[in-house]
Amino acid sequence: MVAVGRNVRRKEGIAKVTGAARYVDDLSFPGMLHGTTIRSTIPCGEIAGIRRDFGANAAGLVVADWRDIPGQNAVALIENDQPFLAERVVRHAAEPILLLAHEDRETLAAAAAGIAIDYRTEEPVFDPAASPKIFKRIVIEKGDIRRGRKNADLVVEGEYRCGLQEQLYIETNGVIAVPENGGITVYGSLQCPYYVHRALVVLLGLPPEKVRVVQAETGGGFGGKEEYPSMVAGHAAILAWKAKRPVKIVYDRVEDMLATTKRHPARIRHRTGVTRDGLLTAIEIDVLMDGGAYCTLSPVVLSRGVLHATGPYRCHHVRIEGRVTMTNTPPNGAFRGFGAPQTQFAAEAHMERIAEELGMDPVAFREKNALRAGDTTATGQRLGRDASALRVLREAVRRSDFRRKRKAWRGTRRGIGLALFFHGSGFTGSGEVKLASKASLELTETGARIRVASTEIGQGTRTMLAQIVADALGIPYDRIEVSDADTGCVPDSGPTVASRTCMVVGRILETCAREMRAKLRGVSPREYLRRHGPLVVTREYERPAGVSWDEETYRGTAYGAYGWGCDVAEVELDPVTYAVRPLRLTAVQDIGRAIHPVLAAGQIEGGTAQGIGYALLEEVVMRDGRMANAQMTNYIVPTTLDTPPFDVTIVECPYSGGPHGAKGVGEMPIDGPAPAIINAIRHLGVDVREIPATPERIFETQVEGRSRAGRP
Amino acid sequence: MRFRLNGRTVEVVAPPMKRLLDVLREECGLTGTKEGCGEGECGACTILVDGEPVNSCLIPFAQARGARITTIEGLRGTHPLQDAFVSEGGAQCGICTPGMILAAVALASSPSREEMREGLAGNLCRCTGYEGIYRAIRKSTAVRRKAAARSPRARSSVTGPPVSVKRQRAKRSPPKSRRG
Repeated sequence: MVAVGRNVRRKEGIAKVTGAARYVDDLSFPGMLHGTTIRSTIPCGEIAGIRRDFGANAAGLVVADWRDIPGQNAVALIENDQPFLAERVVRHAAEPILLLAHEDRETLAAAAAGIAIDYRTEEPVFDPAASPKIFKRIVIEKGDIRRGRKNADLVVEGEYRCGLQEQLYIETNGVIAVPENGGITVYGSLQCPYYVHRALVVLLGLPPEKVRVVQAETGGGFGGKEEYPSMVAGHAAILAWKAKRPVKIVYDRVEDMLATTKRHPARIRHRTGVTRDGLLTAIEIDVLMDGGAYCTLSPVVLSRGVLHATGPYRCHHVRIEGRVTMTNTPPNGAFRGFGAPQTQFAAEAHMERIAEELGMDPVAFREKNALRAGDTTATGQRLGRDASALRVLREAVRRSDFRRKRKAWRGTRRGIGLALFFHGSGFTGSGEVKLASKASLELTETGARIRVASTEIGQGTRTMLAQIVADALGIPYDRIEVSDADTGCVPDSGPTVASRTCMVVGRILETCAREMRAKLRGVSPREYLRRHGPLVVTREYERPAGVSWDEETYRGTAYGAYGWGCDVAEVELDPVTYAVRPLRLTAVQDIGRAIHPVLAAGQIEGGTAQGIGYALLEEVVMRDGRMANAQMTNYIVPTTLDTPPFDVTIVECPYSGGPHGAKGVGEMPIDGPAPAIINAIRHLGVDVREIPATPERIFETQVEGRSRAGRP
Repeated sequence: MRFRLNGRTVEVVAPPMKRLLDVLREECGLTGTKEGCGEGECGACTILVDGEPVNSCLIPFAQARGARITTIEGLRGTHPLQDAFVSEGGAQCGICTPGMILAAVALASSPSREEMREGLAGNLCRCTGYEGIYRAIRKSTAVRRKAAARSPRARSSVTGPPVSVKRQRAKRSPPKSRRG
């Protein structure tokens, strides 16, 4: 029986519901120490001196600073500008300075309290617009913007703002570093084993084969375990290297929220020309993101941000400029959506305002301008037949009874709004070609074993990849095993990010399986192994035909495929507290093909819930460059009581380059809820242009709006 | 100290003020109970004490004396909720799952959507948006009903180990306020 398209039994399902699944904090090694990180308390300055008074806690204590690093003191990523441990300069609060380890956690905590650091403070920069350092600037140009402006009857301008957002995986960051065989093995909660591997090779100055990274069962990532685990693993490795004993570092919630990466805050300005009958003639967008103190992944976050900044709309004349700059706050980084939720929030809030200015129906306005097959995007990419913006829009409008509610609710406390969006699957531009991901398939006695570095972090990687392999190989799903994501035995299939695992890695595995099937020629695996010995098929990413990208000019195929989505939000405003309560969320999303419908729906539901948090609840309060509400008590993510019923519909417009037509699914769901909700709030007559739209912000908007209106 | 753990009487030595969560994970070796926040907000460490769901990160070990404690291991993989959490997408990353399942065990027998929302409000899940969890609970209710109809005597074997569950009890920690 075919496996793809069916809700087969999840590979690690039973382990997760019985408590048998082993997360990093569930692991222990003989002689293991616990490690902790001493961090800066100022946002900007220099270390003047470190006083240590460990007293009775000194016995058995291991202390390490940057001088204990055997290799290079830089987290290898894009710029290599971030040290594992500050040497002299401090560029953000909670920057790691010292490391301590001890067998006993209480002694460790007492010893940590015996450290005092003196600083020479300097004036920090918190405003990204006033930053002296630009990490990356990107310009996208299409057509002739002046001509576009000339053709416009009306120009609509607006500025939109998005705050920081914390991933808030329920399992905090953690690793164990074990010195063995003259090298180091790290077990950790992480998304990208080979990112950590590379960082450790550089940090320790070891040959690659002496470093092994093994993913433990991972309690959520959402991008938050894309780059930061390299830092935690580095710290544990420095301590383990010095102590010659295993060292475990598991953050508590406060440390995780204070120190680790968050979604980039953004300010986005739109200036749009439109004809009286609603045709877009010119789109000008300026994107500014706050990168925090070090570069980390900011250039690529900005890239995805600007590439999605127009939203799924066609226009002949476009100019987009984006910048991401340095500030003295902890570095911002990957979070599901990766720049696109920010820019598409702005785009869709702005489109709603244009429709309003024109006195046009919001659906009709979007229908007129939505990208269709054969249209070109801002980078000049011509869209294929799977461009389904109109289809998802019409389906969402129909399912939610949008038009009737829109009319009936006018003037009540209820509002309804929609957002149309798209999301590129896989790495941007030539990213996949540069990554050159590999995947392997090994023949076993009863079937095959998948060897990839793609991690299971809740989304169902093992299950979905096994389904694809089972069908390509013609062997039942139950006979496909999946190896641990262990750099000691899996090839580098790239990071588990960017909605790429199914579409890109799944496709490579499908190719491996077809090749294996051809080699088997109908012989059973057992028989083949007996006759010919072991069989491992390894294949590398192949660029699909017709894909080209120019990094210099930002022209060409930005993404191999796009998912398309439309969300409709129904909300209610409390006139006393100004709290907005979501009543229902309709999500219609084209993901090409749902390999496992329950898992795919789970991605849409979960991403939608995070999007609701982004829109209404999740506010990171920064004070002196430090998160002031670094606790679950006052950083509020949606609970059961904050989450409305979801009506999820999966649309399948297949992409020829994906396995069984699959496109990405993980990130897109978080692009839609915020603009849909903001547009529903606009339907209530509230002009809020910043998220999260907390009661305070809505109250201010209302009061200011009224006082503005009341002015003579 | 003596107490009942997953249906067996056990004698455990640990400091009386040590968090029950740590005693279960370390002294008892039951790592199925997870820590998410250490402040009683996320519910990942939910266990049943005398049938009532509590956050084990908030109680000192001293309070375990004489209590009947059930952790996820105590459901022995046979509770219909466990199977339903797998098939309906109630578990994704799995870190909230043990606590979520135990909180769900303590719900009314055929909970309405509102009862599920109220009863699970102290358990955060960042992956599912809760829909998969509601589906799982509904499915397990249906499975239990069917099993009960088929053979009343087989009932105890499908409802799991002899855990005394007080129905329709809210969690001890109050539901989250919207703007804490």
